[in-house]
Amino acid sequence: MKVTMKVNGRQVSGEVEGRTLLSSFLREGQELTGTHIGCDTSQCGACTVHVNGKQIKSCSVFAVELEGAEVTTIEGMAAPDGTLNAIQAAFQEYHGLQCGFCTPGMVMAAAALLKDTPKPTESQIREHLQGNICRCTGYHNIVKAIMAASGQPVAAVAAE
Amino acid sequence: MYNFEFVKPSSVEEAVAALKTEDAKPLSGGQTLLPTMKQRLASPSKLVSLLGIDSLKGVSVSDGVMTIGGATNHATVAKEAASAFPGLAYLAGKIGDPAVRNRGTIGGSIANNDPAACYPSAAIACGATIVTDRNEYAASDFFQGLFTTALEEDEIVTAVKFPIPEASNYQKFEQPASRFPLTGVFVAKYAGRVGVGVTGASEDGVFAWAEAEAALAGNFSPDAISGLTVDADGMISDLHGTGAYRAHLVKVLTGRGVKAAS
Repeated sequence: MKVTMKVNGRQVSGEVEGRTLLSSFLREGQELTGTHIGCDTSQCGACTVHVNGKQIKSCSVFAVELEGAEVTTIEGMAAPDGTLNAIQAAFQEYHGLQCGFCTPGMVMAAAALLKDTPKPTESQIREHLQGNICRCTGYHNIVKAIMAASGQPVAAVAAE
Repeated sequence: MYNFEFVKPSSVEEAVAALKTEDAKPLSGGQTLLPTMKQRLASPSKLVSLLGIDSLKGVSVSDGVMTIGGATNHATVAKEAASAFPGLAYLAGKIGDPAVRNRGTIGGSIANNDPAACYPSAAIACGATIVTDRNEYAASDFFQGLFTTALEEDEIVTAVKFPIPEASNYQKFEQPASRFPLTGVFVAKYAGRVGVGVTGASEDGVFAWAEAEAALAGNFSPDAISGLTVDADGMISDLHGTGAYRAHLVKVLTGRGVKAAS
């Protein structure tokens, strides 16, 4: 089957099987390997991308379902010249990553949160990240980075 | 997972016709079905996507009844039910995580009837009507045990109709890893009746706690159920909690729900 969608503003199409997951279509078909597959069981959120502006887990949706959809991946977040966007820059500034495997999903989840809730509270951030698992940081610096990216002071983030 | 034929019809009639194939299955948000297929616990020959059918989507209110299309996702319910039926909007907004809520649908939740799914507790407590392409079922007739419903193989949940209560509350005691309720209780107060729907606790799936409903109908306060006990027999026991623990949770959560809704 052929599927056509817009990925990071670019019209792309490819031959897929019914069972081809969006994560495979992006990584293997489009060579957009920034979308990571952590668990492949819908638990970890590393594969989070936006579909028509909403965050979803790309390992848990078939590519063929997304005919005509607009998809944004981590590769679509920085400016064309490589300048990091505010969320990515804050993750760097506040050391919101260690091994970095979960980071693409964290950044995409954070971007979805800030679109609907430009000034989230710490608890809103933690609740929003329930579907994104990080095994290194203990989440603390991720929360700080998202607070900073939303233009809020990070000093108030309680150490847990 | 095994491969399958994929079709995406634009009407309920076409979808029902497509489901006549042996081992065909309807696909809504897929947040349970895809993981199940990856584990090869399901291997349908054909998937019939319901997401191309516009008439299955949306939330509307008329004559005190909220009608939610079967293919409406949880995030939409959380947003659109918020003013008319905040108890249900809260329930929808606590399912899974934000990414799951953008895909998973009420029809999928109801049709799958996972023993720890959230929506069935509200459907039971509210006396909701499950509307399909060919029938209408009272919630109490629809849910028939673990993963078992009144649906035929090729039958599609087109909508769920909830009589909107005067007050309601959902208490979800979350299993932190899965974010399913270890036990969840939906309390709905109507003029002259109270509904208490319990999920995650019983080996027979969702149920109405009838003794609490009777006691609360006369006195809608946590005191009304203080003398009641829930039988631990038939409650789910697993490494997360014993049957006695779940039975205890049913009472505690019902009390909290009544307090919050009062």
